[in-house]
Amino acid sequence: MKLLVAVKRVPDPEAKIRVKPDGNSIVTEQLKFVINPFDEIAVEEALRIKEKLGGEVVVLSIGPSEAAEQVRTALAMGADRGVLVKTDGAYADPGIIARALAEVAKQEGFDVLLMGKQAVDTDYGQTCGMLAQILGVPCASFAYKVEVEGESKRLVVVREVDGGLETKLIGMPCIVTADLRLNEPRYASLPGIMKAKKKEIRQISLEELGVEVTPKLRVESLEEPPKRQGGRKVGSVEELVRALHDEAKVI
Amino acid sequence: MSRGCFQEEHGIFRRNFRQFIEKEVAPYTLDWEEKGEWPKSVLRRMGELGFLGLRHKEEHGGAGADYLYTVVMAEELPRCGVSGFPMGIMVHTDMATPIIGKLGSPEQVERFLKPAIRGEKLAALAITEPQAGSDVGAIKTSAKKDGGEYVINGSKLFITNGANADFLTLAVKTAPEQGLHGISFFLFPTDTPGFQVTKKLKKMGNHSSDTAELVFEDARVPKEYLLGEENMGFYYIMQNFQGERLIAAVAAVAGSQLLLDLTIQYAKDRQAFGRPIIKFQVNRHKIVDMATRIAVARSFVYDVCGAFNEFDSAQSADPAHAVPFELVKEISMAKLFATEAAKLVADECVQLHGGYGYIEEFPVARAYRDTRLLSIGGGTSEIMKEIIGKIMDL
Repeated sequence: MKLLVAVKRVPDPEAKIRVKPDGNSIVTEQLKFVINPFDEIAVEEALRIKEKLGGEVVVLSIGPSEAAEQVRTALAMGADRGVLVKTDGAYADPGIIARALAEVAKQEGFDVLLMGKQAVDTDYGQTCGMLAQILGVPCASFAYKVEVEGESKRLVVVREVDGGLETKLIGMPCIVTADLRLNEPRYASLPGIMKAKKKEIRQISLEELGVEVTPKLRVESLEEPPKRQGGRKVGSVEELVRALHDEAKVI
Repeated sequence: MSRGCFQEEHGIFRRNFRQFIEKEVAPYTLDWEEKGEWPKSVLRRMGELGFLGLRHKEEHGGAGADYLYTVVMAEELPRCGVSGFPMGIMVHTDMATPIIGKLGSPEQVERFLKPAIRGEKLAALAITEPQAGSDVGAIKTSAKKDGGEYVINGSKLFITNGANADFLTLAVKTAPEQGLHGISFFLFPTDTPGFQVTKKLKKMGNHSSDTAELVFEDARVPKEYLLGEENMGFYYIMQNFQGERLIAAVAAVAGSQLLLDLTIQYAKDRQAFGRPIIKFQVNRHKIVDMATRIAVARSFVYDVCGAFNEFDSAQSADPAHAVPFELVKEISMAKLFATEAAKLVADECVQLHGGYGYIEEFPVARAYRDTRLLSIGGGTSEIMKEIIGKIMDL
């Protein structure tokens, strides 16, 4: 079983994000970066499939050379090797990411390509769909449970939908995106971390992949959310309803 | 914080270990403070995850990692919110067991060290006695040879993990007439007849860690449990516990930083006379003084950690190789400076919290009590100064 997992380097979700004075990027100095948490779940799922059925787990990332740290973290969890597509700037365009991933996926070949359902920094959630379209393979998004159906080269994917669960049967090769409750990712063990030092991370550039790098998407502006206001106590239900209706205008 | 000698893989370990502490430890520590101890299930979980054998050899079940991983662990443990639990863990991993890895016979490794690394057996280090703390040569607990056994009599005091330990790394006198040169170490199973936990001590702070008074009455252990050579104990204490002293310095810096961060947030939120109290110059300067002191302490501590790591990596195969005097001096200085700084920071942080700083619900009140131990345990500030003075030939 050949498993590819795409991971993205994102700011630590617990870090305080500040918008740069230019208004369309964020302050990255002193900011900690982690694997996108949904991608980490995808890595865990790939490792579990490999542990059951054997095979290889290859981790892909697209980003600055520092993203090698996130690839290395996935290797420390147990993935076999990594591929890092280096970009100079921050490409926030899912189209470029999908095309780059498609090129690497073609080079590598795969049975299942996993990734998180979305990245927690930009929240687009578009890469998987675009990638599936480019590669011409099926895609099951928001996976809650994944099982390989015998020797059939088919995957049973259970998804959480409003009011229940939906089960899909898709043929391989295919793309699966991980939802929050798919699994709980393991900690990288110290021996795992030591072994990861010796594992290969192949580094290539977007240009070498022959991917068109002109973005079709431009960020116009970023704004910080409004400062939270303190609460206030009201004396009666009537007053509460009036405040919600007249002032907050939510009912 | 990726300063000094850390590499990318230390960072990966840091994030993993921090996640573990925040998810699986921090939510429970206040409960353990109430109970006066932490459960062995955490020890087992940490063993499962490989956190208890960082520096131990791979053939002993450890990871064979360098000293800097231990530094990372000591820096991240305080994020559990209390000091008692970190102390219990560090006593297990870095005070009571490293000496077994270095000096232990294959049987001792099998019987004591491996289960300790797996988290199945809790270890304690028993040196201090009612009449002998810093003055190690004055210990009175004795072990007398009787055929194939040693008969142990005496008592130990202030023993961290003492009430729950499955075995002790125990210092006794085997040749009382030889003073410092009559001390030996034994590995002592706590289910040995004649051993008793006579008191669980109530402490000023570090409530989540149990501290005990132990008594030995004709407790017999086989001679195979003698650790290393007879009468070499003082030498082992001096040589093998340098790393632990440095860890106390690391923990002091990390704890101070957490406490200061918390206090800065408080000073930003707390209003007085119409503005946040951080907007008063006097408070700002206080905070800057503390931040500077912590930064200076950290820088020196990291520097010494780097030097100790180099020594430790080069010498791990040879337990007899002595830590150079110059390094002993710097380790003592690191402990002295960092733990005294931590006391100062704790005191000022309580002051900045005002009345709330005196209230148990505020972490700063607990931190103030916990911090007080740092300049006493593992060698007092005064002993550090004596060591430094001696090496400086004063």
